Amino acid sequence: MVASVLFAFTALFTLFALYSERKISAFIQDRLGPMENGKYGSLQAFADILKMLQKEFIIPTAADKILFILAPIIIFVSVYLGFAALPWAPGLIPASLNLGVFYIFAILSIETLGILMAGWGSNNKYALLGSMRSVAQMVSYEIPAGISLLSVVMIPQSLNLQEITIRQGILSSEAVNFLGIWDVKAIGGILSWNVFQAPHLIIAYIIYFIASLAECNRAPFDIPEAESELIGGFHVEYSGLRFAFIFLAEYSMMFLVGMIGVVLFLGGWNSPLPNIGSVSLAYWTTGIGWGIFWILLKTLSVVAIQIWIRWTLPRFRVDQLMSLCWKVLTPLAFLCMLISGVWRLTMM
Amino acid sequence: MIRKVFNVFITVFKGLKLTLGHFFAATESRKVKAISDPNYFAQNSGITTIQYPHVKLPVPEVGRYQLDVEMDDCIVCDLCAKICPVDCIDIESIKSIEAIGKTSDGTTKRLYAAKFDIDMAKCMYCGLCTVVCPTECIVMTDTYDRSMIDLNEMTYKFSDMTAAEADEKRFALEQLNAERFAAKQLALQQNTGNQI
Repeated sequence: MVASVLFAFTALFTLFALYSERKISAFIQDRLGPMENGKYGSLQAFADILKMLQKEFIIPTAADKILFILAPIIIFVSVYLGFAALPWAPGLIPASLNLGVFYIFAILSIETLGILMAGWGSNNKYALLGSMRSVAQMVSYEIPAGISLLSVVMIPQSLNLQEITIRQGILSSEAVNFLGIWDVKAIGGILSWNVFQAPHLIIAYIIYFIASLAECNRAPFDIPEAESELIGGFHVEYSGLRFAFIFLAEYSMMFLVGMIGVVLFLGGWNSPLPNIGSVSLAYWTTGIGWGIFWILLKTLSVVAIQIWIRWTLPRFRVDQLMSLCWKVLTPLAFLCMLISGVWRLTMM
Repeated sequence: MIRKVFNVFITVFKGLKLTLGHFFAATESRKVKAISDPNYFAQNSGITTIQYPHVKLPVPEVGRYQLDVEMDDCIVCDLCAKICPVDCIDIESIKSIEAIGKTSDGTTKRLYAAKFDIDMAKCMYCGLCTVVCPTECIVMTDTYDRSMIDLNEMTYKFSDMTAAEADEKRFALEQLNAERFAAKQLALQQNTGNQI
């Protein structure tokens, strides 16, 4: 039941994200985007999905059948399983794991395996190149992502995502210190978010955001699926429903990493409105419905920023990508972790 | 090194500001202006797309697009077919027995056009046929959009004779020729008869 609700959500979100990506990219490029299907082209995504579902299941003759068929399933399922540990509202979480952060991080790594299977199983030079680059990219960028996540979980001292979210708002059982000094537990709102509790976490959030863009194979890190260079990268041989699964996985992953960032750094389902004196906006705007609303609003803005960045920046060259990861992001992430440790010892 | 990092952030920020500006300018749609409008190039922000065929750019009246033939003025001289670089005009003429009539500028017509086909799919819109026509019956109009589903519909037939009429005229011509031939033979015989 919960699983089907989550699946329906990922499917609907993908359609919405697809439509909004086409429209946002069109407006940025001074054109209109889809306008024919439905009012302002809103039914275009449904038309595309219907078309994809009707396509033939083509498997190249020389392809490794088992790997070829399994790859999209593994890519999608690993991303989909990551949704299991994410909190949507106070008390509303599919599985409140004590190892939430660790679990999500581990399960997202399996997507790398799926991409490798897709590239090898396609028996195509370009697919293999794309998937090799993708594996290199994803594995390298997991380091700064993981270290920045570590820097943030040092503050609430818990890997349970629901716990971490609770400690960023008015429902917290411990003191919530804005900039480590001022106890804002009764005020709540934007002041109690993790990025403001310990300001070096802003840098950690930027590192995590960049690293998560690279994890999703999203521009400017979309070398694996460089449309103009590698034709399609690792998914060039896929058509119809299999391609739809890979596509679904990509957009769900955008949402997933956006949501992880929001939960860990930006307060999750907590309201950004503070209690100002007797106008207790934070109490009024925290609850199950409000919680879902806030987390959706925050995550969708993060997704919009991801789309905005895709259509602004040119693609990284593969050596520039690697050098960015190992020479810039990883040392910075380690520095953030160091500061977190010192912060925890001294300020809390 | 730090300078490079700062440079990265500054340039990324500039780029993002630029695209965001375009994104918010997208509420302004394109004003459809004719090319003769003095402010044709004035708009420099907003959407550039014109949603054809709901909205069309106005075409000047002197637009040189598809051909049109005024069949009453045509003297079937075949000059347009001869000059066409892509051979898209196909004319078949039948000599008439007597003068058919006059064109609008006073020239006497003596030929029927049994077939006058212009293949608009081949036409390259060079306008040479309009230059050589002696009666100026073939002109370029300002219609540019005649899309057909069947390629054969792109061949425009300008002749207004039915197949029956064409056959009738050919038959009449043959008859006239046969009469003249017979008369000639008779005259020849009489001549040789006289000489003998």
